[in-house]
Amino acid sequence: MRRFVRSHATELALLAVIAVICVFLSFATDRFFTLGNAFDLLNTSSVNIIFAVGLLVVLIAGGIDISFAVAASVVQYLTATVLGWVGGGNWIIGLIIAGALGVVLGCINAFLIHGFRIISIVATISTFNIFFGLLMFFTGGVSIYNLPDWLTTRVVLFEREMADGTWAEITLPVLIMAICVFATWALITRTTTGRQLYAFGDNPEGARRFGINIGAMQFIAFGWLGLMAGIAGLVQAHYAQEVVPNALYGRELDVLAAVVLGGARLGGGKGSVLGCILGVLLVSITQNGLNLMGVSPFAFKMIVGAIILAAITLSNTSIERLLPFLKSRRVPS
Amino acid sequence: MADQALDGAAPRPLLSLRNVNMTFGGVKALKNVSFEVLPGEVHCLAGENGSGKSTLIKVITGVYKPEAGAVIDYDGQSYSQMSPVTAQAGGIQVIWQDLALFPEMTVAENIAFQTVIGRWPRLVDYAEMRRIATNALQRLGVTLDVDLALHHFPIAQRQIVAIARALVGEAKLVFMDEPTASLTQSETDYLLDIVRNLSASGVAVVFVSHRLAEVLEISSRVTVLRDGALVGVYPTKGLTQSRITELMTGKTFDYSVLHRDLSTSPVMLKVKGLSRPGEFEDVSLTVRRGETLGITGLLGAGRTELALTLFGMRKPKSGSVVLDGKPVRFGSNRDAIAAGVAYLSEDRLSLGLIQPQAIADNMVIASLDKILSGGFISSDRKRSLVNRWIRDLGVRIGKQDDAVSTLSGGNQQRVAIAKWLATDPKLLILDAPTVGVDVGARAGIFDIISKLADSGLAIILISDEVPEVYFNADRVLHMAQGRIVGEYVPGATTLQAIEEAVYA
Repeated sequence: MRRFVRSHATELALLAVIAVICVFLSFATDRFFTLGNAFDLLNTSSVNIIFAVGLLVVLIAGGIDISFAVAASVVQYLTATVLGWVGGGNWIIGLIIAGALGVVLGCINAFLIHGFRIISIVATISTFNIFFGLLMFFTGGVSIYNLPDWLTTRVVLFEREMADGTWAEITLPVLIMAICVFATWALITRTTTGRQLYAFGDNPEGARRFGINIGAMQFIAFGWLGLMAGIAGLVQAHYAQEVVPNALYGRELDVLAAVVLGGARLGGGKGSVLGCILGVLLVSITQNGLNLMGVSPFAFKMIVGAIILAAITLSNTSIERLLPFLKSRRVPS
Repeated sequence: MADQALDGAAPRPLLSLRNVNMTFGGVKALKNVSFEVLPGEVHCLAGENGSGKSTLIKVITGVYKPEAGAVIDYDGQSYSQMSPVTAQAGGIQVIWQDLALFPEMTVAENIAFQTVIGRWPRLVDYAEMRRIATNALQRLGVTLDVDLALHHFPIAQRQIVAIARALVGEAKLVFMDEPTASLTQSETDYLLDIVRNLSASGVAVVFVSHRLAEVLEISSRVTVLRDGALVGVYPTKGLTQSRITELMTGKTFDYSVLHRDLSTSPVMLKVKGLSRPGEFEDVSLTVRRGETLGITGLLGAGRTELALTLFGMRKPKSGSVVLDGKPVRFGSNRDAIAAGVAYLSEDRLSLGLIQPQAIADNMVIASLDKILSGGFISSDRKRSLVNRWIRDLGVRIGKQDDAVSTLSGGNQQRVAIAKWLATDPKLLILDAPTVGVDVGARAGIFDIISKLADSGLAIILISDEVPEVYFNADRVLHMAQGRIVGEYVPGATTLQAIEEAVYA
């Protein structure tokens, strides 16, 4: 128990903050504490969670990526165009195309970072501008509304009629998100590759001395984020029923904040899938609650910012200082 | 050549090197060196910085290729050079000074990290890792929670983890490079016990340390290098610290106590009944102008806490401090610096100097107001100030603009002293000024301290090595559990008597 508290301090702190907010919102609004609203939250958070687990892998490996959200926009656009030429298609084909394009864009980042030894923040700020610039230039900012039917049809996986006659539904994005979350969790905690990623992010020199292939680490991390970004892009297009070139512009910072909030460290070696999900959920629960309370949307950013600040302060404060009795003795004799 | 005894009982050496030569850019780093380690022995490699210790280790571990003619016999095989792969496969392991561990990963993963290495991805077998780690720790006679992330443990235990990791690689010969540099006394004792266990289980350990007391305590034989050449191999029995120092430096040091008559010198610092509960209690002391007051005691005796309080970084609960005739009460260390107190921190590497920055910038950082001209830093004034201190303290540097990290330990310490002297202090507190500094360079630092005292500075010298304060201070205070428990005048009391009191 003590060990669990020490090794999951961030997750527990986040959970506590989320619990407090949920209790507050349950009393402040009558819509918040309903199954329908809970499912809504999951449906709307799916895209960000997919982005977040992808970004988590890059952060664990000691990198950072600013370009993944616009990369997802590029993927959306290209996938929609390709599907338009080919005609037809289905979810499997769509996901394969989007995922593959995403991996290619991610590998461009990895190539710049590893091949030319550019630090990842600079490399990805550059590709952020290049990707977005190319997209706007070639599309002229024009959106695509004419998407294949399978992509715009809502797929309900589970539904239930509530007492007030509304329907609580879980839709396809939630399933895709769950698969991405599981795959990422398995990658980083269950495979040797994942542990090498952690080790590389934690102590690059130590990893090198063990003979870990540094280049492979970069390509795996950024390739994985690319894969997730591609998938998230397609899911977002499905959710929005359209492809708007600048729809995801700016999303990178929201996701980054949520992932860091979830305990991933800028600098590498630290972070968990659970923390990541909790980070995203904290932000979306707050927004959802503000919405239900009828707060002006103009105030959202401000309040979300304050909540992020409060949560990060709480999770940075060492758990031993908050709960001194957990402190163990130092030097054995 | 050190002749080996010809009796038949002498075990065959595990490692034997002959005719090892290395040249770097025209400089001979190793000159015809031979070196020998017996199975299961603890062997000490002694020498000043630049004497060739690290180069020799790198030759043995295959990082460097020696010049032609070298013979390396290891474990029944003969090589003309090693490669990292043969060295590792043969069970030669190095525990690097910087450890190369993964702080965010668990103890088990750190120890058994070898199991996740490999060309193709596999599933991680945590149970196997745990088993390997527990076994390795058991061999060392240690129990640690293997599922806890490494950063929860103090440095001493991280060292243990590094050793355990070496054991997993089926080590026969382990090199430990300055393993105790950042450890406290009790942590060091703990580590030395581990080294003994290791040696008892048949693993040979080559130990490199600046702390000669440890060298004498742990090793059975000592190989001394000087300027890249072998001085000799000596059984530890019969060696003394001063003898090793002589062998390492080639100089005889004059160990004599100070005899300064300070009875007429005015009092610079008078502390009465100073207390910070839990750290130190009822401390009273005086330091005169031109006097060096030594404070010794085990780590954790409250010495550093006392120093930080005198430097204004902690507030005393009760008691009074009079500096140069005026009662003072510092709100922060800025007040203390303004009043003329300088404090040379215990941890020079991380707290005392800004390693990546230029030597010149480090020297002036505490006295920026003295080099201002019209509100901006005057580079002329800066240069002349820095030149003065480089000359006065004999700092050996390339350029003023080189990073501090390019300097040796002794020269870094001089830069740190210069930084504080530039503030024109009345009282200079030196906290463990020789940690990580070579024996030869130590003498230079104490020379400086002695000259500074002669120029009228009041100095407090804190060290956990009793001989250091004995030979370099006018009076010695012994601190234990936050209280001053003894006062000695070197010469009137023997070194041995003080050492017995302190280490008892």
